[in-house]
Parts: sequence; C-alpha cells; structure tokens
Amino acid sequence: MGVDRRTALKGMAVAGAALLASGPGDQAREPHPAPSDAVGMLYDATLCIGCKTCVVACREANHMPPERTALGGGIYDSPISLDGQTRNIIKAYEGADGKSSYMKSQCMHCLDPACVGACMIGALQKREHGIVTWDGSRCIGCRYCQVACPYLIPKFTWDKAIPKIVKCEMCSQRIAEGKIPGCCEVCPRSAVIFGKYDDLLAEAKNRLKKNPDRYYPKIFGEKDGGGTQVLYLSKAGISFTDLGLPALGDTPVPELSQEIQHAAYKGFIAPAVLYVALGTVIWRNKRAEAQGKEEKP
Amino acid sequence: MTDHAVPVGGPILTRPFKWLMAIFGLGVLLLIWRFLAGLGATTALNDGYPWGLWIAFDVVTGTALGCGGYAVAILVYILNKGKYHSLVRPAILTSALGYSLAAFAIVFDVGRYWYIYRIPLHFWQWNLNSALLEVALCVMAYVFVLWIEMAPPILEVMQEGSSPFFRRLAQTTLPILNKSMVFIVALALLLPTMHQSSLGTVMMLAGQKLNPLWQTPFLPLLFLVSVVGMGYAVVVFESTLSSFFLKRPYETEMLGSLAKIMAYITIGFLAIRLLDLLYRGAFGLAFTSGWLSFFFWLEIVLFVASAAMALSPAVRANPGRLFQMAMLMLIAGGLYRFDTYLVAFNPGPGWSYFPAVPELFITIGIVALEIMIYIVFIKRFPILGGASPARSRA
Ligand code: SF4
Ligand code: SF4
Ligand code: SF4
Repeated sequence: MGVDRRTALKGMAVAGAALLASGPGDQAREPHPAPSDAVGMLYDATLCIGCKTCVVACREANHMPPERTALGGGIYDSPISLDGQTRNIIKAYEGADGKSSYMKSQCMHCLDPACVGACMIGALQKREHGIVTWDGSRCIGCRYCQVACPYLIPKFTWDKAIPKIVKCEMCSQRIAEGKIPGCCEVCPRSAVIFGKYDDLLAEAKNRLKKNPDRYYPKIFGEKDGGGTQVLYLSKAGISFTDLGLPALGDTPVPELSQEIQHAAYKGFIAPAVLYVALGTVIWRNKRAEAQGKEEKP
Repeated sequence: MTDHAVPVGGPILTRPFKWLMAIFGLGVLLLIWRFLAGLGATTALNDGYPWGLWIAFDVVTGTALGCGGYAVAILVYILNKGKYHSLVRPAILTSALGYSLAAFAIVFDVGRYWYIYRIPLHFWQWNLNSALLEVALCVMAYVFVLWIEMAPPILEVMQEGSSPFFRRLAQTTLPILNKSMVFIVALALLLPTMHQSSLGTVMMLAGQKLNPLWQTPFLPLLFLVSVVGMGYAVVVFESTLSSFFLKRPYETEMLGSLAKIMAYITIGFLAIRLLDLLYRGAFGLAFTSGWLSFFFWLEIVLFVASAAMALSPAVRANPGRLFQMAMLMLIAGGLYRFDTYLVAFNPGPGWSYFPAVPELFITIGIVALEIMIYIVFIKRFPILGGASPARSRA
C-alpha cells in the first residue's frame, strides 16, 4: 500500500506540473493591424436614403437569383434579412423619439475575424487586400463560422443538399478585374464608398471633425472587435447599438480563446510532456504491481 | 485482476433487441432523407442557431457520456487503484461506442461531409487557431485508440475460435498489443484531457452570444472537470443496469467508492463555477436572467443533489439509490453542456430553435444502435467480469 500511495502521489504531481506548464501566461497574441494593401468600405448612415439599389446591385454582382418573398398575396424580391442568397441588406431603424435611420449590413471584413479563427481548414481566410473570402473547395460545412461571427454574417444554404456558406466577399472578383464593389458603384448618394482602408479611415475622421453636430461621435469599426475594414458613421443621437451592431469593445473576438489554445498547445510541448508523464506513471505502476505479485507467494 | 472477464452468452435477437432494430431502422430512413433533401428540410437548424441537437447532444454530451473509460483509466492506471480493474473493459466499450457514434453524428451534421476526410489528411491546410480542429483531430484519434483498447477481448475470442487464420492473427497480435499497452493507455488518457477541455474552448469563440453565466475563460477547465465526474457516473449507471438486466450481483461496494470520488470532483467543479461567477461579477445574473436563471439553478441543484447523495453512506450501500445518484449526475453534466451549446446561446432577436421531429428520431436511432452494439458485445465477447455465464442466465 505504501508503494502504491507514493507512486500515485508522484503521478499526480507530474501530471499536475505538466498541466501547470500549460497554464495561460506570457502568451499575448500579436496585434492584427490592417494589411498594407487593405481596402474597405465606408457607410455613412446620414447619407443613405434607403433606396436599396445596392441590394439589387449586390445580387447582380454576385449572380445571385432573386429572392421570392411571399407577402400579402404577392411575390417580391424583398429579403428581410441576410440569407443564403442575400449578401447585403438595408434595414430601417426607428427610435421612440421619432429619430430614424437606415442601416446597411454585409460582412465587416474584420481585421482579426472570428470566422477565420473558427474555420478548421482555412476555407475562410483573409486573402488579398484583407478581404475575407470563402473557399468552397475547403469548407466542410461545419458552421462554426456562423457560431463565431459576432455580426451574424455567414449564411448557409439550408435548402440545398449540397450547401454553401454565403457572405459578402467585398466583390473580390470585381476588384481583381479593376472594378469596385457592386453596392458602392451604384449608390446614388455615395452613402457607401469603396477605397483604401487608410483613406477611408481618414475620410471618416474628417467628416466627424467637419460636422460634429451631424454625426454620432464615433467611427464604428475603427477599433471595435479589434477593428474592421468596413467602417460606419451614424446620425447624431443614434448609437451603433441602435442600428443593431453589437457592443464588442476593442478586444478582438478570438483573442481570449486563442490565447488559451496557444498556451496549451504551443509547439505541442505541454501535450508531449503530459504524454511522457502519463506513460511513466503507468509504467511505474505496472512494474510495482508486477513486483508486488512476485513478492507475494 | 483475479476475476476474469467472460462473455455473457445467450440469444441476441430478443424481443427488446428487435424493437431497437426498428427504432434504428426509422433513423436510417430519416438519415437518407437528410442526405437527399438537405439539412433545412430535416432539421430546425437556421442561420441564428447553426448548431442544434446533434452537436449539443450526440457530439458534446455523447462524448462526455463516453468518458467512463477515461475516468476509470485515471483511477486504475494513474492512481493505481487496481481494485477497479474489472470496470475497465465495460467502460472502454461504452466509450468506444459513444465516441464512434459521436464521430458518425458529425458526418451527418456537417453540410459538406464529402470533404471531411481532409480534416485529418490535409495537414497543410490546418488552422491551428481553431479549437474545433483540435477537437476533431483528437476525437478521431481517440476513436482509433479506443478500438485498439477494445481489441484484446475480440482477439481473445478469436484465439479460441475455429478459424486457423484468426487464431494465428490473435496469437501474434495479442502479445504485441499487451507490450505496447503503456503507450496506448497513456494516449487514451491524454486525448480526452485535450479535447474535452477544448470542447469548452470552442464556445468561448461564441463571445457575447453565450450568456455570461456560462461564457467564461474557465469553460475549458469546467468542461474537463465535469467530464471526469460524469465518467464515474456513467460507470455506476452502466454497471448497475447490466447487473439488473443480466441478473448478476451488483458491484455496490466498488461503485460506492467511485461515487465518493465523483462527489469530490463535483464539489471541485461547483467551487470553480461559483468562484468564477463571483470573480467576474456575473453572479447577480443568476437571479435576473429569467428562464436562463432557472436553467442555471437547475444545473446547480442537480449537481449538488447528486454530490450530496454520493456522500451519504446509506446511498452508497444501496444499488437503487446509487443508480439514481448517477442519473442525477449525468443529467446535471448533460444539462451544463446543453445550456452552454444551446440554451444559453442567443444569437439575437428573431431567432429560435427547437429540434425538429426527424432530427430527434435520428438521434434516438443512434442511441438505439449504441445499445444494440453494446448488447452484442457483452454477450459474445469477454467484457464483463465477476459472475459466471451460467449464473447470468438464471
Ligand atoms: S463580419 Fe463575421 S464573417 Fe465578416 S470577417 Fe468579421 S467575423 Fe468574418
Ligand atoms: S462552415 Fe465551412 S467556412 Fe464555416 S467554419 Fe466550417 S469549414 Fe469553415
Ligand atoms: S461588396 Fe459586393 S458582395 Fe459585399 S455587399 Fe457590396 S455588392 Fe454585396
């Protein structure tokens, strides 16, 4: 029994030490600034008139079939939210005090995207210009990206036996041809504009500075959730949470879980140590048992 | 290790078994429909709730219920409690089944299943930041390891069998397996430690969508600790059930001491759970979150009740009460997982999810399959120890 206890205790100590070695510590992640070739979009809610031309243009730019929404006996191409065939949507906001605004949603092209952190096999990645695109030749359809994205952007074609993930890819196919995104091209009020990320950020700051009374005093996406390549300006008195954007704070969404993950698995050291420790304890216990048997008649 | 495991024997195709086959058959038909018509037609899943019953129950809870092998192996091989050795084989069998079927559930849950083979093979495409990748790889590896651990009883039967080929195969492989068991058992302890904690990490990425009563950096630790407790409860549950149905003597004394260990682990779990809430200043939410508060307290009450039962000597001496204690623990641990993956997950206004009927029946069919394979195994292979086969048929 004495031998038993000692080996057991030792076993626990070794295993415990291995686990401790894997505890969170100095594992801070590197910051994720915008890539040098980053492009983006700037949506200014004070300019948008809710005409939804961009919704139609987005559909055309991506060769998506029109939606068949049955409403009040008629059929309309009138999606009510982003879905498996809608990558861009305009919604209206109305406050109790009579204030109202429009709001455009599509992928934010986060600087440190939760969806990219989630995807096991790199189907979603930040590719050229920092645009987050989906690679159908990799995706297994696990939908972890949908669980992870704080803006509920990736959509799944649930009605298909061979489904896809659908989201705004900032018209990367058009950008490759030297064109600009469909939604930005058609907007009659230039409420949504396309450009280099740095220029857009400067432009947004400029608008805030020139017309402080017109705007809600913040650029959404400058820092939120680690920053996004799509930036938003809102009307004075209407906050971004009013417009349906989450209050994420400045920490990138994937930061904490990845720090833990890295701490435990960096270089696979902790698991290897734990494995050797476990093996040693098992082997010692077995040997002790065998000896015990020999001693006993 | 004095008592040798023996096959239980007896007919396979009993009436309950045929019922199980029917239930499983229904599941298979529904599964065919799922593959032909897609997930939208057969499930209630949607863009707000992309994960439903199959992930929360079949995969997350299913693998936790499959941790009996892990929990008992810690006792036997690390803490050197040889007296529990006769529990190892049945526990490994339930683990092998639980994990294999969880892996199967993943195949029909993912939308683009034809690419699944790439997860283990296309290592150059791996995203090492993804906790889900870690889970997927570890679960696959662990299924493999569990079946290697299950090989000796199968080979032992082959050794006695009539086919000369299988006899030779068994005679050559068994000694090799026995020699390398240290490496395999160590792996069988390492892998669940890794992926059961990572199953907690997975939901950390859901961020604010998961209610702060559940969302915490301690999710990995909480998942790991609770799975060990559930592992012992599964062993108590399964051992009592097979004693009852096969009319074998109850292993009350041994299960009682397992229960005690389970109670201490549960107390540890509850301590971490509550201290974390206090530390994060989230404890107030336990009273202000409406029906989520209810689920939170339900979890706590179940955990406390089961631990309290396990600490009472009267309960530990009584197979029936022990069984109730184990059930409470399994429900508590299962609910904790369900809450984390589903109930406390709120993607925002306008979204809702409740499993569709085909979804439910596919899950029930899978459980039926699991029970059928278990029955076949214990009747034909030396899994259960103790009583002689003659007595079992009394
Ligand atoms: S908004 Fe969502 S889908 Fe788009 S990059 Fe960010 S996390 Fe990914
Ligand atoms: S559904 Fe596809 S894109 Fe999304 S995380 Fe899974 S594999 Fe990646
Ligand atoms: S960038 Fe392209 S895909 Fe994205 S919302 Fe605009 S038009 Fe649609």
